[in-house]
Amino acid sequence: MILELKDVYKEYTRGKMAVPVLKDISLQVEDGSYIAIMGPSGSGKTTLMNLVGCLDVPTSGQVLIDGVDISTQNDDQMAKLRNTFIGFVFQHFHLLQEMDALENVALPLLYAGVPAKERRARAEEALKKVGLEDRLRFKPSQLSGGQCQRVAIARAMVTGPRLLLADEPTGALDTASGEQVMEIFSQLNEQGMTIVMITHEPSIAACAKQIYHIRDGEIRMDGQERPGRQPDEKIEEVE
Amino acid sequence: MLENIKLSFHGIWSHKMRSVLTMLGIIIGIAAIIAIVSTIKGNSEMIKSSLIGANTNVVTVTLYQGEWAYDMTWNGNPEGILPIEQDTVEELEKLEGVEKVSLYNSRENIDSTVYYQNTAFTGGVYGIDDSYFELYGYTLNYGREFIGSDYEKRRKVAILDATAAASIFPGKSPIGEILEISGEPFTVVGVVSQNTTTAPNINSVQDYYLYVGNTNGKLFLTNAIWPMVFRFDEVQSAAVKAVNTDAMTTAGKKVEDALNEKMNLSAETDYIFKSQDLMEQAKKLQDMSNATNQQLIWIAGISLLVGGIGVMNIMLVTVTERTQEIGLKKAIGARKRRILAQFLTEAAVLTSFGGVLGVIFGVVAANVLSQIMGIPTGISIPAMLIAVAFSVCIGLIFGYLPARKAANLNPIDALRSE
Ligand SMILES: Nc1ncnc2c1ncn2[C@@H]1O[C@H](COP(=O)(O)OP(=O)(O)OP(=O)(O)O)[C@@H](O)[C@H]1O
Ligand SMILES: [Mg+2]
Repeated sequence: MILELKDVYKEYTRGKMAVPVLKDISLQVEDGSYIAIMGPSGSGKTTLMNLVGCLDVPTSGQVLIDGVDISTQNDDQMAKLRNTFIGFVFQHFHLLQEMDALENVALPLLYAGVPAKERRARAEEALKKVGLEDRLRFKPSQLSGGQCQRVAIARAMVTGPRLLLADEPTGALDTASGEQVMEIFSQLNEQGMTIVMITHEPSIAACAKQIYHIRDGEIRMDGQERPGRQPDEKIEEVE
Repeated sequence: MLENIKLSFHGIWSHKMRSVLTMLGIIIGIAAIIAIVSTIKGNSEMIKSSLIGANTNVVTVTLYQGEWAYDMTWNGNPEGILPIEQDTVEELEKLEGVEKVSLYNSRENIDSTVYYQNTAFTGGVYGIDDSYFELYGYTLNYGREFIGSDYEKRRKVAILDATAAASIFPGKSPIGEILEISGEPFTVVGVVSQNTTTAPNINSVQDYYLYVGNTNGKLFLTNAIWPMVFRFDEVQSAAVKAVNTDAMTTAGKKVEDALNEKMNLSAETDYIFKSQDLMEQAKKLQDMSNATNQQLIWIAGISLLVGGIGVMNIMLVTVTERTQEIGLKKAIGARKRRILAQFLTEAAVLTSFGGVLGVIFGVVAANVLSQIMGIPTGISIPAMLIAVAFSVCIGLIFGYLPARKAANLNPIDALRSE
């Protein structure tokens, strides 16, 4: 079990009021899964993602990453987990503007203590995988949104993580670029990477093998596991 | 680390204007300190080289009344003190470390004794023997020095130093001109000046002030004519030439003791002969100029403090501006320590840059000062290194708070801010 949530409860305190966002969430994600999480705005999707991504800890309950309870981990251990075990893809890419594609992708390797030469080689390889081998020295401002997101994906997978977390990865992209991203995700999943993706768009969610819905702080699975739409297939209306 | 430094330079360069403004306080502070330190050093060196040795190795032994050198101008001859006799001089010259002793009379501040066409000369008047000029390192500019017959025949002749010549006879040659001294006509026969090839020949604190204060100069008469102009039997000072610079202090002490013993003078009596302990006095003068400059350094230090606070302020702004970057870096695995190091490095690089610029401006300012005001400067390499090291420390100290703020940023909040 690569990821397991047990009775996770999360509240935020706004002023003196405690506002529960996630109530009693339990979830088990097998190695090699590809799941999508949907839900209305403000339902706590990002909150859930932050817990899974070791960026935050639950108010109560347990988050187990590869069997390890993250509440037992200190700051540095969490940082290491994020660096080597988890890859992040954000809606707004979060690339560093003053660095070019190669440098952005190599950054996690710097934090992993990889020597400079190897960093470069591995970053190049990752960029090749997302089809940007001819854009190595481009800065984010010189790349399209879709290209930026592909750089971000390269950065997320450069350390070879087993879990990829994507928070609305296509939210800022046009349909074509979105499909490209989904294609890469499918490939990564085929190679064995576990993917947890948040999305608003049913057509994107359809690419995952499982779809979950969050509503009123609770999570429920949407039907049975299915093969997942192939991104290059004709997009149909789901739901 | 190297990565951090490289990135810091990049950051500074991409915000040139802001960086320079941030560094301004540091630049000014360091520049001021470097300029002051250079001036102190220059001053100290000048005082030292002026006062000590000045390659004549002459110590002056004069009569003191308490703390002050006795000046005949105001009080006349002190009671009971007799002139030093020629026999005594020969005895003194046998003392250890003493090469030669020459006696002279002096009045340091006369104001109504010497006239040239009804204008009074104010300055020092000296009655000297034939070795005085040599001892104190005077050379003849023009005219002639005193000769044997000037002494034997008690000729009414005078020699001026260059300063006196310029003040009494501006724009014309004083040779052959007549000065009225105590109502007697004296002919100016020569103009001398002290050897300035190395440093001004300064042999006492009084001389130093004379030199610095740039007074009206000196007038020399033979000691043979002195009693006719001033008083008979006036007490003299002794110019003691030591065998070498190191022997100056002991030679002076020996002569001083011998004279005091001969005339029954001691610490209990009103008067006493004292030699100028030049080392001591040089140090006193140095301390004095250091003390004033120390205060200036404090003021410059305050400017550094203000500069440091400026750096802290800008760094805090930078951290806020770059919240997203920090959040992202933490999300992809940067530890707290790394974020802390990154911002500390940035602050330190910024301030050390300011420090280097400050040193450059400080050196330039010191040189400009020395040109304009004639203050000597001595550039001190250690001071420059310390200044740069100090500015790095300022960066580390004032950068710590912002860097810690960055390191402790919650990555969730940091990523949310858009
Ligand atoms: N740091 C925080 N402090 C206080 N409240 C928060 C915080 N983060 C999230 N919330 C609140 O928790 C709730 C869930 O937020 P979350 O960002 O998880 O929603 P979401 O499902 O990701 O929404 P969206 O689809 O718009 O991204 C919201 O009501 C939000 O205001
Ligand atoms: Mg969200």
